[in-house]
Amino acid sequence: MAVTWDSFAVGDTLPERVKTPGIAELVKFAAGSGDFNPLHYDYGSMQAKKLGSIIVHGRYKYASLGQLVCEWLGHSGRISRISCEYRGMDLPDRPLICRGHVVRKWEQDGAKLAELALWIENADGAITTPGSAIVAFD
Amino acid sequence: MADRIVITEAMRSRIGCDFPAWIYEVTTTSVRAFARGVGCTDPVYYDEAAARAAGYRGLPAPPTYLGTPIFIPDQSSDISSRPLAAEPSIEHGLAAQLDGGTDTEYYAQICAGDTLSAVSRITDLELRQSKSLGQMLVMTSETTFTRLDTGACVAMQRRRWIFY
Repeated sequence: MAVTWDSFAVGDTLPERVKTPGIAELVKFAAGSGDFNPLHYDYGSMQAKKLGSIIVHGRYKYASLGQLVCEWLGHSGRISRISCEYRGMDLPDRPLICRGHVVRKWEQDGAKLAELALWIENADGAITTPGSAIVAFD
Repeated sequence: MADRIVITEAMRSRIGCDFPAWIYEVTTTSVRAFARGVGCTDPVYYDEAAARAAGYRGLPAPPTYLGTPIFIPDQSSDISSRPLAAEPSIEHGLAAQLDGGTDTEYYAQICAGDTLSAVSRITDLELRQSKSLGQMLVMTSETTFTRLDTGACVAMQRRRWIFY
């Protein structure tokens, strides 16, 4: 259920979105994004052997944080800015727990804005992908 | 692992210079493929009637999707699909690379049917020390995306590249 400007407050938590991409999902993301680095799908590649495993695309995680925001926001608002850092690697077939909360809510020059803290944590609770977003409501 | 990286004058001179423009296409097929690749379930990314009912001109670009760069075999990377000459780069001589982060700012809604011209520039080069990687060269770039039909700038994406 999407929020409206009046239905949320600073401190509110976004409904979390858990994704557990396996190789099939990473192959689909490679097709959709054009990132065919074998590090993300081929355990036998030089890159994967060096790391000991294939890893989830950073841009898959970035897009997943975007998905988290849009599922909360619905279509009567839009993302004005979204960013993240790829601090830790994530392995396939493990849960990526996408979370966020509202850190600020304000009006500026007629625009209704909110700032969100976003992150992905792994099953051990380590934050692999911290991020943030600014959303604007119609 | 590099002992000592030097940012040369030649490298510094690249800061602020535009790389060649490249076309990024946002089509119904490419929007659906990206949404499917992420695992988006919202029908607006797939069904044009649903997109229009939600108030969009066409299928909206999923968050973080800024179109697919045109692929031409001898001008595009077969690994990343990105344009070879248009992607920001400097001659640093370092073997390894990591993606440090992505920051996208939107000025207008992007939808299927939009054809965008992307122009990149390097905005910063700095040296940093990492406990695990040693000395690193951190490059920041900015890419502006402009609609070919209206000339309007619709988005800007900053990227942090880590070389070591």
